[in-house]
Amino acid sequence: MSTAAVIRPRPRWLKPWAIAGYALLAVLSVFYLLPVYVIVVTSLKSFIEVSHTTPWQLPSAATLEPYGAAIEKLLPSFINTVELVVPATLLSALLGSLNGYVLSKWRFRGADLLFTLVLFGMFIPYQSILIPLVLTLERIGLYGGIPGLILVHVVYGIPICTLIFRNYYAAVPNEVLEAARIDGATVLGIYRRILIPLSIPGFVVVLIWQFTSIWNEFLFALVIVADPTQQPITVALNGLAGSLLAQYQIQMAGALLTALPPLVIYVLLGRYFIRGLLAGSLKG
Amino acid sequence: MAVAASGTAARERLPAGGRSLRHFSWDSLTPFLLIAPSVILIAVFVYGFIGYTAFVSTTKWYGINPDYTSAGLTQYTDLFGLPRFQADISNTIEFTILFLAGCILLGFGAAILLDQKLRGTIFFQNIFLFPLAISFVVTGTVWRWMLNPNTGINLLFDEVHLGFLKSPWLADTRTALYGLVIAATWQMSGFCMAMFLAGLRGIPDELREAARVDGASELRAFMRIVLPLMRPITLSAVIILGHISLKIFDLVVVMTNGGPGYATDMPGFYMFQATFRQNLYGRGAAIAMVLLVMVAVLIVPYLVWSMRQEVER
Repeated sequence: MSTAAVIRPRPRWLKPWAIAGYALLAVLSVFYLLPVYVIVVTSLKSFIEVSHTTPWQLPSAATLEPYGAAIEKLLPSFINTVELVVPATLLSALLGSLNGYVLSKWRFRGADLLFTLVLFGMFIPYQSILIPLVLTLERIGLYGGIPGLILVHVVYGIPICTLIFRNYYAAVPNEVLEAARIDGATVLGIYRRILIPLSIPGFVVVLIWQFTSIWNEFLFALVIVADPTQQPITVALNGLAGSLLAQYQIQMAGALLTALPPLVIYVLLGRYFIRGLLAGSLKG
Repeated sequence: MAVAASGTAARERLPAGGRSLRHFSWDSLTPFLLIAPSVILIAVFVYGFIGYTAFVSTTKWYGINPDYTSAGLTQYTDLFGLPRFQADISNTIEFTILFLAGCILLGFGAAILLDQKLRGTIFFQNIFLFPLAISFVVTGTVWRWMLNPNTGINLLFDEVHLGFLKSPWLADTRTALYGLVIAATWQMSGFCMAMFLAGLRGIPDELREAARVDGASELRAFMRIVLPLMRPITLSAVIILGHISLKIFDLVVVMTNGGPGYATDMPGFYMFQATFRQNLYGRGAAIAMVLLVMVAVLIVPYLVWSMRQEVER
């Protein structure tokens, strides 16, 4: 202790174990950032340069042409996905909020069992419902396009949205509700005037989670949307690989375009995204 | 707050459904009306549909038009006799074990590093987490290029004189599955990291302090105090990532289409092909049911356990 006081202690981050820590973190970062490098560098090259055998070098003359080509190919499906994600996200958040309110604050007999049964829907492999799903959508005239996909994402989004809101509302003290109840507020009145104003952060978590999940989803999009002009962007991006075999520069530009909206949200609101992520493990 | 709420928040409820406050009124029906749409949708779209799929798996349905002639359990016996499905099962098991090991080791390692009181860890944390925000289709598109022996990472190894690391990756039946594991681990290991980091930061400093005062070495304190506390988190991670792994579909479609041969074929992908490409509806339904059972074996005990724990609180 006394020697440490005489010799001025080195700043924490200069100690050997800290340097070793940073070195290990840097090595790990290379693994996670390598694909980012590939996407950015490849997407800025011309087709001629992409076919060279030096794919890891920076482009000799950067070009935005691949982005032009990717946008031309993917813009319609980008718009389709926006038209899918916005209503599906809002509707599933609304349903989740109502369910969460009832299941946390108006717990009737069997509410926990019901909640568990709803939650199971979040874990099932969707293959196990695909056949009747397609038949049902055909029957009600929603097979093949975005409206059907909206319905599907709303329904299968109910469990996770309910889970997040139920846990969120559980933290609202019941005394507040009881007081309102004594003042004669109705069930819906309490929801509208007390819960909703308190739930902005809960909504942010759910909206971000649903936006990201639905934007990135592939299986439903592939099976339910038969009409190529209605394809969501993940399906269209995968289609690029088939139609543009060795045009890696366009594939990478398309990949970046597909990843961009969720990434922007992650950068701006990452905290809330991680809350949604951990909520999915039930306990966090 | 979702996480904290499920953890520590008080779980008192309104007196059983607000009973003490409630004289019968129409308003007491409102809660049921509010959840009715969701309950009906889940009942039909989850449980009804699963029942229907189970039924289809006992029929001969082959072709575009439904054929409900009973086939008993022959879809299942046929299925388990198929080399392709046998490959699927062993691929799923191998993939799941490697993927889980990769995510837990990387995730725990990263979490320990980030838990050291170093400056700038938030920056690294974001680097490890961002892949979770993007689509498996994007991940697959990039890693398909990286693991193509002619275009990707092999050429980088050449440039930095690590030629011995070269591999045929996705092009060879012996290595293709590892390629899939690498891409999936890249995407999902951050999830483990986040779970472990939350766990590590939840350990009270006094606990570690106490161990030090007792004269335990840093390593011993870690083994005796930290590791046991990570056990439930590891279990959660295994279950959550395990069910994702069993269902893996997107990466298979984008990176390999199940090939070469059946080297990376998986039940989720075979179900899709059998049903929607070959019109083998009965078989597709049977694969789906096998997949559902595998996931349920993992998830149902976890769900029940989570709910019990909550009731106890």
